[in-house]
Amino acid sequence: MTGMLRWAFAGLLALLAVGLVSVVLQIPEIGGGLRSQVMAQLPESGVDHAVTAVLLNFRGYDTFLELVVLLLALFGAWGLSDSIDEAQLDTDIAVLTELVAFLVPVLILVAAYLLWVGAYSPGGAFQGGAVLAGAGVLLSLCDPGWRSRRIERTAELLLVPGVLVFLLVGLGSMLLGGQFLEYPKDIAGSLILLIEAFAMLSIAVTLHTLFAGTPRVGGDR
Amino acid sequence: MTPAQLYALVGIGLFFVGLYALGVRRHLLPRILALNIMGSGVFVVLVALARRSSEVDPVPHAMVITGIVVAVSATALALRLMLRVAHATGSAQLTDTGDD
Repeated sequence: MTGMLRWAFAGLLALLAVGLVSVVLQIPEIGGGLRSQVMAQLPESGVDHAVTAVLLNFRGYDTFLELVVLLLALFGAWGLSDSIDEAQLDTDIAVLTELVAFLVPVLILVAAYLLWVGAYSPGGAFQGGAVLAGAGVLLSLCDPGWRSRRIERTAELLLVPGVLVFLLVGLGSMLLGGQFLEYPKDIAGSLILLIEAFAMLSIAVTLHTLFAGTPRVGGDR
Repeated sequence: MTPAQLYALVGIGLFFVGLYALGVRRHLLPRILALNIMGSGVFVVLVALARRSSEVDPVPHAMVITGIVVAVSATALALRLMLRVAHATGSAQLTDTGDD
């Protein structure tokens, strides 16, 4: 792009930005959006935290499809990865190794805590899954092959349960007379914890697989 | 100006910084980063506008939580695509084939 064109582009964007800023400043400060509806229905949701209730109950369909999108991104990345040379990492760093040996168990505990605490304060499957995936990335920085040597088969099996358990709970609630993902009120809390536990594992393994790339077991894939 | 409005303006700023880089840069890596910055700007706007009054709207928060994870996975897919382009053409730099 030539210099003249850049300035024209920047000017156009500045105009658009001014328009958006004036719109945002005009949005009235009153009201909490959908908060009142969420709070009114919160006792029915099975959890005590509004964000978790929205994620796993009121907009459960949305979250279910987000998990599917994650899997689709992974499959797309897998389909592309055979032509890529693995990066060579310098893994012989004492500080990194010591730090990771200390951090990974702590991160696993933090993830489990986040999963459990999601029922009544900020936390849940996505946060816990991201922390677990971070622990996996740290391990991969120290030892790029740890997963394919230790848990590759288990990890591959853990990609799907997040979506599968969500789907089965949704279909199960249809069998019990509700709509898809309309959990029975008295066991809604347990169902949400069940979905979140498997979703956390699947999210963690999916994110880590996106980082670490396709395993090359025996070099045949 | 309330703090929520200030955060929303910061989000808009991030969005347009990213959009400018997306239009100007020719290499695919800065373009992917630009898309990420734009996405972060949108997340900041959503979270900020959820707190316009003392009552916080939980629905935008739920959308942002899923959005972050989806953005990370989409970025990973985009990086794989970029590596594939670099592998196929020898460069991740887009070339002008027009009249520039």
